[in-house]
Amino acid sequence: MSFKCVNQRVIRKDIVAKVTGRARYTADRTEREMLYGALVRSKVAHGYVKSIDTSKAEQLPGVIKVVTYDDLKAIKFPTCGHPHSVIVEKRDIADKTVFTNHVRHFGDEIAGVVAVDSYTARKAAELVEVEYEKLPVYLESEEALQEGAKEIHDGSKNIVKEDEYELGSDVEPIFESADYVLEEDYDISPVKHCHLENQIAYAYQDAEQRIVVVSATQIPHIVRRILSQAFELPYSKFRIIKPYVGGGFGNKQDVVVEPQVVALSLAVGGKPVLIEYSREEQMVATRTRHAVKISLKSGFNKDGEILAQKAVIVSNGGGYAAHGHAITETMAGNFMQTYMSIKNFKSEQITTYTNLPVAGAMRAYGVPQISFAVESHLDSIAGMLQLDPAALRDINMTEDDLNNEFTGVDYSIKGLKEAIERGKERISWNEKQKAYQGQIGEKRKGVGMACFTFDSGTWPYYPELAGANITMNQDGHLYMHLGAVEIGQGSDTVFCQMAAETTGVSYDNVHINSLTDTDYSPFDTGAYGTRQTYITGQAVVKAAEIIYGKILEKAANLLDVGSEKLDVADDYVIDKASKRQLMSLADLALNTYYNEESGEVITCSVSNQVKSNSINTGVCFTEVEVDITTGKVDILDIFNIHDCGTVINPDTAEGQVHGGISMGIGYALMETMLFNKDGLPLNDNLLDYKLPTTLDHPDLGADFVETYSETGPFGAKGLSEPTTVPTAPAIRNAILNATGVKVNSLPMNPQCLFENFKDAGLI
Amino acid sequence: MFDISNYREALSVKDAMTYLKEDPSSMVIAGGTDVLIKVREGKLAGSSLVGIHKIDDLKGICKDANGDIHIGSLVCFTQLEEDEIIKENVDYLGKAGGTMGGPQLRNIATIGGNVCNGVTSADSGSMLVCLNANLKLSSIDGERIMPISDFYMGPGKVDLRAGELLTDIIIMKEDYEGFTGKYIKFSQRRAMDIATIGCSVMLKQKGGVITDFRLGYGVAAPTPVRCPVAEAFAVGKKATEENAKAIGEKALEDVMPRDSWRGSKAFRQQLIKELARKAIEELAGLRGGQDA
Amino acid sequence: MLKQINITLNGVERSVEIDERESLLEVLRDKLYMTSVKHGCGVGECGACAVLIDGVAIDSCIYLATWADGKEIRTVEGFEQDGELNAMQEAFVEEGAVQCGFCIPGFLVSATELKETNKSYTRDEVRKALSGHLCRCTGYQKIVEATEKGLEKE
Ligand SMILES: Cc1cc2nc3c(=O)[nH]c(=O)nc-3n(C[C@H](O)[C@H](O)[C@H](O)COP(=O)(O)OP(=O)(O)OC[C@H]3O[C@@H](n4cnc5c(N)ncnc54)[C@H](O)[C@@H]3O)c2cc1C
Ligand code: FES
Ligand code: FES
Repeated sequence: MSFKCVNQRVIRKDIVAKVTGRARYTADRTEREMLYGALVRSKVAHGYVKSIDTSKAEQLPGVIKVVTYDDLKAIKFPTCGHPHSVIVEKRDIADKTVFTNHVRHFGDEIAGVVAVDSYTARKAAELVEVEYEKLPVYLESEEALQEGAKEIHDGSKNIVKEDEYELGSDVEPIFESADYVLEEDYDISPVKHCHLENQIAYAYQDAEQRIVVVSATQIPHIVRRILSQAFELPYSKFRIIKPYVGGGFGNKQDVVVEPQVVALSLAVGGKPVLIEYSREEQMVATRTRHAVKISLKSGFNKDGEILAQKAVIVSNGGGYAAHGHAITETMAGNFMQTYMSIKNFKSEQITTYTNLPVAGAMRAYGVPQISFAVESHLDSIAGMLQLDPAALRDINMTEDDLNNEFTGVDYSIKGLKEAIERGKERISWNEKQKAYQGQIGEKRKGVGMACFTFDSGTWPYYPELAGANITMNQDGHLYMHLGAVEIGQGSDTVFCQMAAETTGVSYDNVHINSLTDTDYSPFDTGAYGTRQTYITGQAVVKAAEIIYGKILEKAANLLDVGSEKLDVADDYVIDKASKRQLMSLADLALNTYYNEESGEVITCSVSNQVKSNSINTGVCFTEVEVDITTGKVDILDIFNIHDCGTVINPDTAEGQVHGGISMGIGYALMETMLFNKDGLPLNDNLLDYKLPTTLDHPDLGADFVETYSETGPFGAKGLSEPTTVPTAPAIRNAILNATGVKVNSLPMNPQCLFENFKDAGLI
Repeated sequence: MFDISNYREALSVKDAMTYLKEDPSSMVIAGGTDVLIKVREGKLAGSSLVGIHKIDDLKGICKDANGDIHIGSLVCFTQLEEDEIIKENVDYLGKAGGTMGGPQLRNIATIGGNVCNGVTSADSGSMLVCLNANLKLSSIDGERIMPISDFYMGPGKVDLRAGELLTDIIIMKEDYEGFTGKYIKFSQRRAMDIATIGCSVMLKQKGGVITDFRLGYGVAAPTPVRCPVAEAFAVGKKATEENAKAIGEKALEDVMPRDSWRGSKAFRQQLIKELARKAIEELAGLRGGQDA
Repeated sequence: MLKQINITLNGVERSVEIDERESLLEVLRDKLYMTSVKHGCGVGECGACAVLIDGVAIDSCIYLATWADGKEIRTVEGFEQDGELNAMQEAFVEEGAVQCGFCIPGFLVSATELKETNKSYTRDEVRKALSGHLCRCTGYQKIVEATEKGLEKE
């Protein structure tokens, strides 16, 4: 397939704005007479507010208003950025109020202060005196599930939801008769997104008394719906504006700060009120990636054929439901997707309430956790059988005509198989994997790999929906209004490429505003679920095809030739056969708009519902050097090879892969959120919470196997989230290759490796 | 905005001493990379500060007629690492400073602040202790010079009296001449991190025998410490891998690391042994180019 | 605790009233509208607020505004000359080194400081020079490559 604009390294639409400082993020905008909000946050992880005294805060000069849970109607709303469902049972759990006197985690919101500047607001928030009746604090799921545990949410038994499923035959008798059985427990720490821009939003009432919210969000249209629920007002009472956003990674797929600014603004007569979370607040009072304990059991025969697998997944959901059980269900749904020839699976999963900060979506939605378990487990099995881990994977993969019975999605992993072959060659797998076994000495090298399969969008969990409006301006340029959300991933750029490719308008002449505004941007659920390129992309192509049709129709009229003889290229209407330029699009547009008889705006607005998915796949290979004496791991080489269908823009695609690997390295080796026994955070800042710096990884590699997706725009599938999935298990497997030690917890930081090496007698 | 009750800018050492005397509750702010963090955290909220940032007299590094090196307290870590006198004579001290935070931090964080902040993890701490650095402390009432190991009193506690300013850090010729040195900072990240253990080694050898030896640690005790037992054990030993290992093990008798969420006691003990071994091996040329 | 300070901001002399309790970051953003200078942590841990002070990259969030009196401050807003991007900006564009962009002004400040030394640097040295900046989007790969490319430009 050859393309002109798609599949090319075009320059990002927003990049010049971003290197010149002209890109204005939420904090860079301002309103006249802006007021500043600060929140009174719980200093205990679980308890009731016995008393609250706001008098000192109110007396502080510059304070305008203090609002507590007592001042607001206690309306419960969900916070998670899922699409709404008309099926009542599918709706998200509504368990959050703007402020509360029953605090469920450290940092839970009790009250808010409005003041003339942020310094005064924060100072006043500290002056609010709160007395607590402390309740027992549960940091682990097991504690929260004990008989007689205090319910964090009444009637919940501290269970958000639990369920199970089976595919194929009953696994238990298969375990009985298998040559070997291996059962392993994986313990995975909670981690944070750490987008560089913290949560921030401001709200005010406009001249028509509508409430305008400017927010760094991934989901403007969902914010509008949730605010309508939280304030019991019609959707249309709200207008959400999303300026440039400084990263989200799923954390801005929850509605967190927006209800707070709306409540505070309404409390001061609709004046603009801004809240910017500090980094410390961001660490405890937004979302986390679930801490998960996974127990995996496999029965297999001596030549490596795995006959049955069982998973028990316990996800620690923190103080509120947020995404409910959906992330844990995704783990279950993903569990068997890559190795379908295993055939017999059982999975039991539960999501709990605890007093940790609230867990939610973070890049790849549960799949990093389940993949760590599944992919590590495979290498443990390979080790037991003295098999090459790549060969073991091959034995248990079926290439074609796959169907995930759990989700019902059809797919193939042909691309993955090719990626594995390419990766093996690139890292000299066959030589190194063997040579690195049984080393001695202070520093030991190892290679490791891990695979993944991942959805593009959220079908069939939800029907997918996206709108796209395209207008051809009087100069022949295109202007696009989309509800899809640019948060740094490069979506605006790939949509412009798609529109250019479809219409023949040059890329430079396709325009889009990075700002999303629910008053002007068509409905789209937003940036999550690796959905926009695949889902919104289809809407863009549909709209662009209509524009293309209109161009041909107008040109046929103006030139008096059959439209079937015409095409568009490089901003000109051309003769299809001779490629001769017949008329510029600028002339065409001008003539169409200002035609005295039949003047017409060249525009279209489409809605596109998608009920398909296109599974994307990939593999990570890495080579590491482990210092046995200190537990320090040096990554010598690491790269991913993805099958994301057609790569719409190699630059932005590579960027996604690099970012995902980097995040995966942090997940593997350093990152963890730490709490003391009372649930108070120990490392709620960027010095003590360790995400990788420039010096913590080597050059990162990104490569692609481009299969063609039958359903995706120009053959594209999704890419961004899964880039981070295979890193941690690949590194874990490389450590195993280097040292012979199976490390089954994350992060594998020096302290953890020291303990593992000690237990294994290496130290 | 920082919660500061008062700020006075001193343009000379005398100014600073006067201001400190006038307001005994006030404290010095140099680069501010500890002070401002603590003000924001609330630990030092409401402080009255005397800024010394602009006192050029405290920004020099020189070698006097005796060969002693004087480092002004306001020397920032970038300057320390790049300074020719430091590079020529005690490059390992400059390199130790080079492991601090990141470049922007090193462009402003001062060695005086690092010392006066008094924490055991200070990256210049253990090396300055090995170098027997002397501190010149000045106040309106006079001047005193004291060894850095006496200056450290406990976690975050130093023997800085009201009204006093650290002006100079002095390293005597006999404390550096003929030594090679190495600082190994063990931290989870290679930048922007606090040491889990910092290990400083200084060594002289002749004919394959260790003739002089100094070993110091950060985070192995409440303050940066020297290791007299291990040092005495090392002198006279051959510079071999076995001895490097034995010296590292001996060091455990000198230290008292503790358990914290940043690292367990057992892990720190492991690092204490191994980092010394690695540093000695490297200084004795036993590692064949392999990174310590 | 109000005070007047005089600075040269991106080549222009400016006089501004500050509160001695303010950070340079606050003054640059709120009073001088240099919004390229970002607030990511407020405590010197992320580098998003870095600016050039007399040619040296410093995190402005933990730098008292009063210290800037008499100094030359440069931010990304001042990097363009006659509508032309500087070498580092150009290289970042060409390499596609930007995603969300929030960390980018900080990186450009340190990269430009490096460029102005007119020295050459190995990849490891480039990585070290940029190690005071966190980026969560890019894995630093294209940032490091762009910085090297910027160093090579005329
Ligand atoms: C993000 C970050 C990372 C860091 N990483 C590291 C690291 O890796 N390693 C490390 O060791 N430190 C680190 N630090 C801590 C800090 O940067 C250093 O301790 C630094 O050297 C302090 O110097 P300063 O000039 O900023 O001190 P200031 O904050 O100005 O002062 C620190 C203390 O010393 C006192 N003081 C300063 N100068 C004098 C003087 N001349 N006379 C008397 N008293 C004085 C002050 O009153 C105060 O108590 C880090 C800090 C931050 C914010
Ligand atoms: S905001 Fe200054 S370093 Fe993060
Ligand atoms: S580009 Fe988003 S943090 Fe660097």
